[in-house]
Amino acid sequence: MTHDTHRFPRRPLQALALAVCLALPALRAQDTIKVGEYASLTGKEASFGQSSHKGITMAFEQINAAGGVLGRKVELITEDDQTVPGQSATAAKKLIAREKVIALLGEVSSGRSLEAAPIAQANRVPMIAPAATNPKVTQVGSYIFRVCFIDPFQGTVMAKFAGGELKAHRVAVISSVSNAYSVGLAKYFREKFTADGGVIPVEQKYSEGDKDFRAQLTAVRAAGCDAVFVPGYYTEAALIVRQARELGITVPFLGGDGWVSDELLQIAGDSLNGCFYSTHFAAENNSDSVRRFVADYKARWEGETPDAFAALGYDAAGVLVDAIRRAGTTDGPRLRDALAATTHFNGATGDTTIDSNRDASKPATIIAIRDGKLAFLETVAP
Amino acid sequence: MSEFLQQLINGLSLGAIYALIALGYTMVYGVLRFINFAHSDVFMVGAFIGYYVGKHLPHGTVWGGLLTMAAAMAGCAVLGMLIERLVYRPLRGGPTLNVLITAIGMSLFLEYAGQLGFGATPRAFPAVFPTKVIEYHGLIVSMNQVIVIGVAAALMVGLEFTVFRTKIGTAMRAVALNPGAAQLVGINIDVVISFTFGLGSALAGAGGVLYAVNYPSIDPLMGVVPGMKAFVAAVLGGIGNIPGAALGALILGMVETFVDGSRWSTYKDAIAFTILIAILLFRPAGLLGRMTSEKV
Repeated sequence: MTHDTHRFPRRPLQALALAVCLALPALRAQDTIKVGEYASLTGKEASFGQSSHKGITMAFEQINAAGGVLGRKVELITEDDQTVPGQSATAAKKLIAREKVIALLGEVSSGRSLEAAPIAQANRVPMIAPAATNPKVTQVGSYIFRVCFIDPFQGTVMAKFAGGELKAHRVAVISSVSNAYSVGLAKYFREKFTADGGVIPVEQKYSEGDKDFRAQLTAVRAAGCDAVFVPGYYTEAALIVRQARELGITVPFLGGDGWVSDELLQIAGDSLNGCFYSTHFAAENNSDSVRRFVADYKARWEGETPDAFAALGYDAAGVLVDAIRRAGTTDGPRLRDALAATTHFNGATGDTTIDSNRDASKPATIIAIRDGKLAFLETVAP
Repeated sequence: MSEFLQQLINGLSLGAIYALIALGYTMVYGVLRFINFAHSDVFMVGAFIGYYVGKHLPHGTVWGGLLTMAAAMAGCAVLGMLIERLVYRPLRGGPTLNVLITAIGMSLFLEYAGQLGFGATPRAFPAVFPTKVIEYHGLIVSMNQVIVIGVAAALMVGLEFTVFRTKIGTAMRAVALNPGAAQLVGINIDVVISFTFGLGSALAGAGGVLYAVNYPSIDPLMGVVPGMKAFVAAVLGGIGNIPGAALGALILGMVETFVDGSRWSTYKDAIAFTILIAILLFRPAGLLGRMTSEKV
């Protein structure tokens, strides 16, 4: 009895709370355009996901502050895939089925984008990958786009750079056994570099999660080379370069956009001097659009300097909103057509045009590391 | 030839690290007949204690490094004893499978609590030990490798001494042999088991710091891969056997290094584990393990 009298007065409140909870999503669904994002906000590659998330968030905030698109605000719904294989597929399913998003933004990794892409394709929800550079990603289907260049281009650019600017004749390659990004970059580098008359004296592999690369590096040292191409992520690349210097290997190391992270310099420190990597964006670039983006980003995120993934996330969101505006609707097939027709979108990472393979055709930036700092070297047009 | 010797050194230092972790697995198993899967995560906590302590100590000195290691060992010993007291002790006497599953749960708990507490992003470990490189006729050994091999050897000898030459070691062996009889002759089982966990976890803490000094990128999931390799090494050497764990770890480190340095580096884990399976086919109890029939 005491129980009942105690609980009774709470009931109207509970009912009210329930009513509000039920009514709120219904109200919001009419008002906003829901866009889903899946990103590695935690886990091994958390720094990538955090950056792209900040870029996307800022883009939508700016668009909403300017009145939104089609008279509606854009609402971003984010799922964390924890850098765990399989999680991005779950996240994509949840965003499409439960949240009914009109488009998906994600991921920075090719492997995780490939997991989510078939789901987006099957549901006819356009997906834009900010930084998945493996060619296979957009080959999944007609609804899958990206705003970055692809591995053949990045591998080719570094092969050209090694043979041209660096005048390297023998370049060793150390790549991952299983990671699609790393394997892809190594393949296109090898094809271009050997086609231009270069020699790859030795090609070594490592497994994801390895921390000791002295065995591979000792083999590289024994083979002798003018440079080493390490198309992996910063976690491995930083340790590889550091251990290489300990073993007395002094030649430059070359990498791709997987090297982009503050932790790269923190872990490897001075070992990285004289190394180069290709990327999508350099905050040190002096063009107008880059300067404006960097200033806005610093103001929004407590003085943090944006990296390539932040810029690509920003552009992915920008390209999507641009397409919604041109399509005049958020209906899947028509939005898809508008995305495919994107030409000369001028974003933070330069002039972006979506080609017939739904890949972005745009310039690459080469960064040099000198005295423990990053320096903008040059951009290479497609 | 110089490449072969260099790979030998590389394999030795990798094996020494596996050995440090394997010792903790094998000792707890030797006393309790139970595989503590949370061991590799205590190892991770050790690296993080080292990270927070090492930041405030002068870098690049031997005593600073040793102090960092001592702090990690003390912290991990306390953590190990706490885990035993709060998680494993209430289950003692129950089916072994329950304890095993609880150990896996404890391991996952530490990994994900670590992601919440420390953050998931990899961090740069401070260079607490001197970072010199010793060169001799083209052979290169880093100071860290020397320290790892030296400390691993010293800890192994110390452990062997504790188990076979001290009173508490005798008590540990008595508990391992027959817990009921040990209690009858006046051994406090709780204290002995607590001590075993403390000692094993302190080794994991030391291993964590040495690992992080050698590969200075630490994250809450860093224990998973080396933990698995060390467990395999302990089984290979004969689980429960201290020199066996060291031998198994050295063999695993060597095999991995030589396959990694060859043209077949793609198949490293496949080749390494094929060799392990082959050894276990011929010596099911491990290299130094003795076959014992189950007590009835």
